[in-house]
Amino acid sequence: MAHLTFREAIAAGIAQEMERDETVMLLGEDVAAGGGVFKATQGLLDRFGPGRVWDTPISEQAIVGAAMGGAMTGLRPVAEIMFSDFLATCWDGIANQIAKMRYMTGGQVSLPLVIRCANGGGVHFGAQHSQSAENWPMAIPGLKVVAPSTPADAKGLLAASIRDDDPVVFFEHKWLYGSEGEVPEGDHITPLGQAQVLRSGGDVTLLGLGWTALLAMQAAERLAEEQQMQAEVIDLRCLVPLDACTVLESVERTGRLVTVEENPRPLGWGAEVVSIVMEEGFDWLDAPARRVTTPSVPLPAAPLLEDLARPSVDDIIETALSLIS
Amino acid sequence: MTVETPERAGINVPDREGLYASMFRMRRFEERAYELFLQNHIHGTMHLGLGQEAVAAGVAAALRPDDYSLGTYRGHNHIIARGAPLDRVMAELFGRATGLCKGKGGSMHLTSVDHGAYGSYAIVGAHLPIACGIAWSSKVRGTDQVTVCFFGDGATNIGAFHEALNLAVVWRLPVVFVCENNLYMEFTPIGSVTAVVHPAGDRAPAYSLPSVVVDGNDVEAVYGATAPAVAAARAGEGPALLEMLTYRYSGHSRTDPGAYRPAGELDQWKERDPIAAFRRRLTETRADMDRLERMEADVEREVAEAVESSLNAPQPDPDDLLTDVFASNETRWRT
Ligand SMILES: Cc1ncc(C[n+]2csc(CCOP(=O)(O)OP(=O)(O)O)c2C)c(N)n1
Ligand SMILES: [Mg+2]
Repeated sequence: MAHLTFREAIAAGIAQEMERDETVMLLGEDVAAGGGVFKATQGLLDRFGPGRVWDTPISEQAIVGAAMGGAMTGLRPVAEIMFSDFLATCWDGIANQIAKMRYMTGGQVSLPLVIRCANGGGVHFGAQHSQSAENWPMAIPGLKVVAPSTPADAKGLLAASIRDDDPVVFFEHKWLYGSEGEVPEGDHITPLGQAQVLRSGGDVTLLGLGWTALLAMQAAERLAEEQQMQAEVIDLRCLVPLDACTVLESVERTGRLVTVEENPRPLGWGAEVVSIVMEEGFDWLDAPARRVTTPSVPLPAAPLLEDLARPSVDDIIETALSLIS
Repeated sequence: MTVETPERAGINVPDREGLYASMFRMRRFEERAYELFLQNHIHGTMHLGLGQEAVAAGVAAALRPDDYSLGTYRGHNHIIARGAPLDRVMAELFGRATGLCKGKGGSMHLTSVDHGAYGSYAIVGAHLPIACGIAWSSKVRGTDQVTVCFFGDGATNIGAFHEALNLAVVWRLPVVFVCENNLYMEFTPIGSVTAVVHPAGDRAPAYSLPSVVVDGNDVEAVYGATAPAVAAARAGEGPALLEMLTYRYSGHSRTDPGAYRPAGELDQWKERDPIAAFRRRLTETRADMDRLERMEADVEREVAEAVESSLNAPQPDPDDLLTDVFASNETRWRT
């Protein structure tokens, strides 16, 4: 095991795959000599050279297009889009081109590429640098969507995403970059589409993704201490492929479900999970499934307002308690 | 920027009759396809490149079979020029299982990887960055394959065009951008919405991108301008842009009568029909004429067979609705 920060684990995941496969290329704004604005690609230029690590202009459409063209013809590009908010500037490339090309061509091409981006709030950057955009690609058939919560998963899920033959949009929560943890050394892969049970419990299932999985863990610990309520916490890890089985199995045991999302409420991924549970697990429920989300507002910059908007441990506890009246 | 003529290009065109056959195949294919569309055998939409055949034919003739090309929704010519079999292109328009893309693409989305044709794109300008990516791939893989990207005059006013041109120059990519300037973006004359006279050619210098404006109705001029650009890209000398001046005979799509065009404009361009003009140039003797007529008869037969086989081709397998979303052919997005 190595003790790494989340950002170091990202670089380690990329390095692991660049080492084993010379078709893996890194491209993006400031990713080479600059090491990335979140310093998640530091050292990769020195290690792999300018033939593998490519600085680009501020041209998100060109970055995504380059990744797509490269992927169709023998490369495995890893493209960085600095903030997930900027996905909107190259959304055509992602939603209309990358997502649909395999299907439209009747399977003639593969698109083994990863688009990494910094996601989520909590840093008081205001509405254009704070969004949780993971729902956007989830709504587009043909894309896989991944969001790690720990350094170990950052390395393992990113390596798996690079190795995957489908396009993956990979969300790195800004709040997590500085977090630390044990990361397996050597070849480490965390398969896509397998949720992880972070904590077992029989009273309620708390479901999170990325940062909200850790928030759910904090809520579970307090629920146990303060309310003698044992929550099962599941880290979804991926929205596509979605590990609905693990969620359904848990709900069968607990009879209660709370989803914890940072994205705005309408059509958030929690709504999809809840609808699956309503259709396939209704009989197990002892109370309505409920969602903790951000309200439907752009995120404000003022710390007080932003904290109010984003899901909190208190929100989760309150919601969980509302299910046992 | 210079305006190129066949004489000035001074290029020896190797297979002139091959160029003629290529254009004639496109012409007859599209004329038949449009009839079948009007007879309701082909559904959806259709954008014809009638009148623009010299561009696709002349450019494709300058490519190697392992080079890459990307086209547009007005893309029948682009893919036929690369050698895609007419029966499979026609079956794709029919939405049949034997189509190039199993019927999943349709008229606007023709791809034949076997012929280096990496897609026809229906979001205007979206494919220029993708062409850069393919060219980047050849460069880093150390092959000397060249990528050609066809697009319309309208695409020059979209951001992706400008991002792609800049990246191509900065990364010195082996890509040749080919603008088919047919004077209109849908129903609007390109000149009325564009700040410069030559929508592509006049923009290229801002990116230090070598560019040429070419008579796109003269297939030899097209070839003459393309061959050196492709050779330079192949030799690692970087990208180029070619603006081909041409004209579409049909409306923008389907049933558009093109009423927005000034009276007489269409007739003037038809007098300069790329196929008829080149035919005149090729037929100095009776023997030339006989050879061309035999060639034309072959094409007619090929087109007729493509139509016949498409009419009889099987419909797609309903199970195929859910395949080709992901690589594993795993049709489910969830467990
Ligand atoms: C981004 C985008 N905007 C608008 C359209 C609708 N549209 C389809 S074709 C077209 C005209 C394009 O003109 P041009 O690039 O000159 O190509 P041409 O049709 O003349 O071949 C328009 C506006 C589109 N498909 N994509
Ligand atoms: Mg046009």
